[in-house]
Amino acid sequence: MRSNLSFFSDEKFRSIFFQTLVIGIFALGIYLIVQTTGHNLEKRNIATGWRFLSDPAGFDISFSPFIDFKSTDTHLDVYFVGIFNTLLVSFCGCIAATILGFLIGIVRLSSNWLLSRVAYVYVEFTRNVPLLLQIILWYSILIQLPRIKQALELMDMFFISNRGIYSPRPIFENGFSFVFIAFILALISSFILRKWSKKRQDETGKQFPVALTALGLLIIVPLVLFFILGSPLSFDFPALKGFNFKGGMVIRPEFIAMFLALTIYTAAFISETVRSGILSVTKGQREASSSLGLKKSWIMRLVIIPQALRVIIPPLTSQYLNLTKNSSLGIAVGYADLVHGFGGISLNQTGQAIECMVIVMATYLTISLIISAFMNIYNKSIQFKEK
Amino acid sequence: MNEIIESRKPPVATTGILGWLRANLFSNWVNSIISLFVLYILIQFIPWILNWTIFAADFKYNFNGEEIIDRTMCSRVLDPENGGACWAIIYVRFYQFMYGFYPREEVWRVNLSYIMLAVAVVPLLFDDFPFRKHFLKFTYAFPIIAFFLLNGGLGLQEVSTNKWGGLLVTLVLGCTGIALAFPLGIILALGRRSNLPVISMMCTLFIEFIRGVPLITLLFFGMVMLPLFLPEGINMDGLARVLVAVTLFQSAYMAEVIRGGLQAIPQGQYEAARSIGLSYWQMNMKIVLPQAIRISIPSIVNTSIGLFKDTTLVIIVGLLDLLGIGRGALADTTWLGLAYEVYFFVALVFFIFTFAMSRYSLYLEKKLKTGINIGAD
Repeated sequence: MRSNLSFFSDEKFRSIFFQTLVIGIFALGIYLIVQTTGHNLEKRNIATGWRFLSDPAGFDISFSPFIDFKSTDTHLDVYFVGIFNTLLVSFCGCIAATILGFLIGIVRLSSNWLLSRVAYVYVEFTRNVPLLLQIILWYSILIQLPRIKQALELMDMFFISNRGIYSPRPIFENGFSFVFIAFILALISSFILRKWSKKRQDETGKQFPVALTALGLLIIVPLVLFFILGSPLSFDFPALKGFNFKGGMVIRPEFIAMFLALTIYTAAFISETVRSGILSVTKGQREASSSLGLKKSWIMRLVIIPQALRVIIPPLTSQYLNLTKNSSLGIAVGYADLVHGFGGISLNQTGQAIECMVIVMATYLTISLIISAFMNIYNKSIQFKEK
Repeated sequence: MNEIIESRKPPVATTGILGWLRANLFSNWVNSIISLFVLYILIQFIPWILNWTIFAADFKYNFNGEEIIDRTMCSRVLDPENGGACWAIIYVRFYQFMYGFYPREEVWRVNLSYIMLAVAVVPLLFDDFPFRKHFLKFTYAFPIIAFFLLNGGLGLQEVSTNKWGGLLVTLVLGCTGIALAFPLGIILALGRRSNLPVISMMCTLFIEFIRGVPLITLLFFGMVMLPLFLPEGINMDGLARVLVAVTLFQSAYMAEVIRGGLQAIPQGQYEAARSIGLSYWQMNMKIVLPQAIRISIPSIVNTSIGLFKDTTLVIIVGLLDLLGIGRGALADTTWLGLAYEVYFFVALVFFIFTFAMSRYSLYLEKKLKTGINIGAD
């Protein structure tokens, strides 16, 4: 008895004992769950395994801009359409929310009282109302637009109706790929140019008009090539035929509602992180740079923003992650993202809840990990480098 | 010889309203243009919104003085040019918005719980509340009282949770989620910082998993997968299953917030506690956690605001919270097309709650900054 007690008061023994106990309980729990689940599945006649992925889906998806989806396609195709739609709205939303968020964050610090108050009211109202409500509200506004027959026209090219925005669809002909390659090359060379000019400025102090040159490279080179190759691009215009538009391409109201709501909601949060980031740069920095004689716009661009970014990036990352996860709310307005398409309709059709949910969750985890990995790399690159 | 010259008054344009206007609205010509532009838009917009929501709106009667019983009697349907919002839809369905389909003869139980909730929460929020200690005893007992009061049992008639709805479901989900996630979050946070590798790894995996997936997938998990995991004979109703999902979700976020608080506690506190012979649990319960939780309360309130807004997601798995009741009202053909009124009302209710919570969090932050220093100097 005594030896037992002293065993137990030994820290090493105790730590091993508790950890083994926890693993044991955990394993027992998993075993029991697997047992009951197997029993339950059998009793309810639910199939298991991954074979359902290659079965035809049997339903249509209204919005699938990248993949031509037919109802005879498989559940695996539904999954890919879902991923594309999730990524599409998240990507567009992140970019728009960043721009809007930075703008509002800066406006909130404006010396103009009225302007900063308006920004404050915007932030408080969008932050404090559930996102789902905002998505549904935008959708209900969008579907009250005029019907297809009375669609609003813009320059005979764009038609705005309650079924979405119809616009001309670009048709890339032979040779357009060269223009695209030229653009990519111009992009790469402007990056190299920027590095070179920065190095030269560090060494000799001479400046080089990088922005102008890069703009020239990016616009003129592809444009010249475009005309040399004989304009290998044409447009397919939408035209009203019968009850619907034929040709062109369409952005559905579900997408627009998701995009608007996610952007406006997340921008409010981003603006707050931007504001606190800018406020975190001490007043002395601003005073020092104006005593050096820097212009007001330069102070912001060269002194304040680079330092504020270090504070802004980590919370910005979590806002991007939130936006991506929030894009799963598309199910409320029928936007065929991962959760609605694969985790919703496919799950209901096949009844294989466990498999579908495991795939959906694993996909979101992967997307989250990739976003945080990228943002971590960016974060490292802008952190203060101690020499 | 020496004569004191009377000090001159400051220039008119630097003090008073004029000075304020000049400094804040018209400091230079760019600012002046912006101010005038914003002012112009506000002058256009504010009267319009006030007119729509209040002056031209119907509350119970339309402009003819008739009591509104369906959409065709709304002023804005009869006279689209001049009619404002038709709040009659809220008025007629107010009971549903507050209680869902709770039986009318039992509704005093919900009202009593609302009042008791206020009595339980307010002393918790302000630490200079008179007789706080005695009120807190009630706060701890409140969840049990509320459970029996709302659900039935102990002589009260049973009201099944699928009759609950509206604000009742929103508050039940929000409050229970926060209350249950708090202790779970503490355990997870301590576990993640534990020296035992197995426990720390399991807690980390759990937290990162939950934070990596959207809440909606967890709700689906609760709805479609949880019943498969449970042995026969154990049936959980929809509300309980959603509560499991919401609690798991919130506990992971709560854990991260509390972990932040734990990291802010200086190492010396741990060492001092150990050196006077406290055990691991004594050290955490008596020394570390009280300090860590105190500094993380503002962030706890902020994640709670997030959860409160996220409770609307339960409409996707078929529960009728405030938003769900609103959508139900809109699906009714007698009230078709009054979407803006319903969404405005639901948004307003959420805004009142979340705005109050965010003000409270700001108040706490200010108090923490000016209050006594936390931890060792």
